[in-house]
Amino acid sequence: MGHLRAKTLVLVVVMVAASSVGDIFLKQGMDRIPVQLDAASLGSAFAQTVTSGQIWLGIACLLFSFVLYLMLLSWADYSYVMPVSSFGYAVVALLAVLVLGESVTVGRWAGVALICMGVGLVGRTEPRTTEAN
Amino acid sequence: MRLLIFLLVAVLASTAGEIAITHGMKKVGGPERLAPRAILAFLGRALGSGWFWLGTGLSALYFYSMLALLSWAPVSLIVPATALSYVVGAFGAKLLLRERVSPARWTGVALVCAGVALAWVA
Repeated sequence: MGHLRAKTLVLVVVMVAASSVGDIFLKQGMDRIPVQLDAASLGSAFAQTVTSGQIWLGIACLLFSFVLYLMLLSWADYSYVMPVSSFGYAVVALLAVLVLGESVTVGRWAGVALICMGVGLVGRTEPRTTEAN
Repeated sequence: MRLLIFLLVAVLASTAGEIAITHGMKKVGGPERLAPRAILAFLGRALGSGWFWLGTGLSALYFYSMLALLSWAPVSLIVPATALSYVVGAFGAKLLLRERVSPARWTGVALVCAGVALAWVA
């Protein structure tokens, strides 16, 4: 495995892990906050959101993941990073079952399996096909 | 009809936005090393790039088109339809960024697109 591909794949894994964990934090944080559609409860829901540690952890994870995304695109192809990042669907499905106790349908697992096959194929191609400037 | 137009806007805006950001990041160049100072300098260059803000604006357009779409139709219709972005994105990368999309990469992109669509329809 070339140096560029190794560096790219490691960063993709960290980026996907950060965004998936971020999503789970946001979900856990928002589950504790009752949201109703009238002015008074929206105000209090907003106050609870900006004071929730889990929400801020989620935002930090997602920001970190976005920085890694920008870094990846500075050397790797968009047509490489975009499909390979869809690996996140598999991680979120797994975390939803393991951490949140959600149930995932057979059809959804079949979709996740297709995604993983696609990620495997794209992951083996050359990460950068344009010349560096 | 309205649904179709907004779907088109959502897919094109998200693809164009990502392509603008990719072009901008290639132009500013990545961090020389994976060290905090080099990464901060890279972020400074990235935020100073017009392409980055064009891409961010287009992503905002995508976000609001998605909100509109989700208010009219169920998520199990909208998400599979926007999975088309994977294929449109590969075309855009080939045509605009001159990336070489090999047959293996096309096949992988098609599998991911089908997988995302299936995961949300099922």
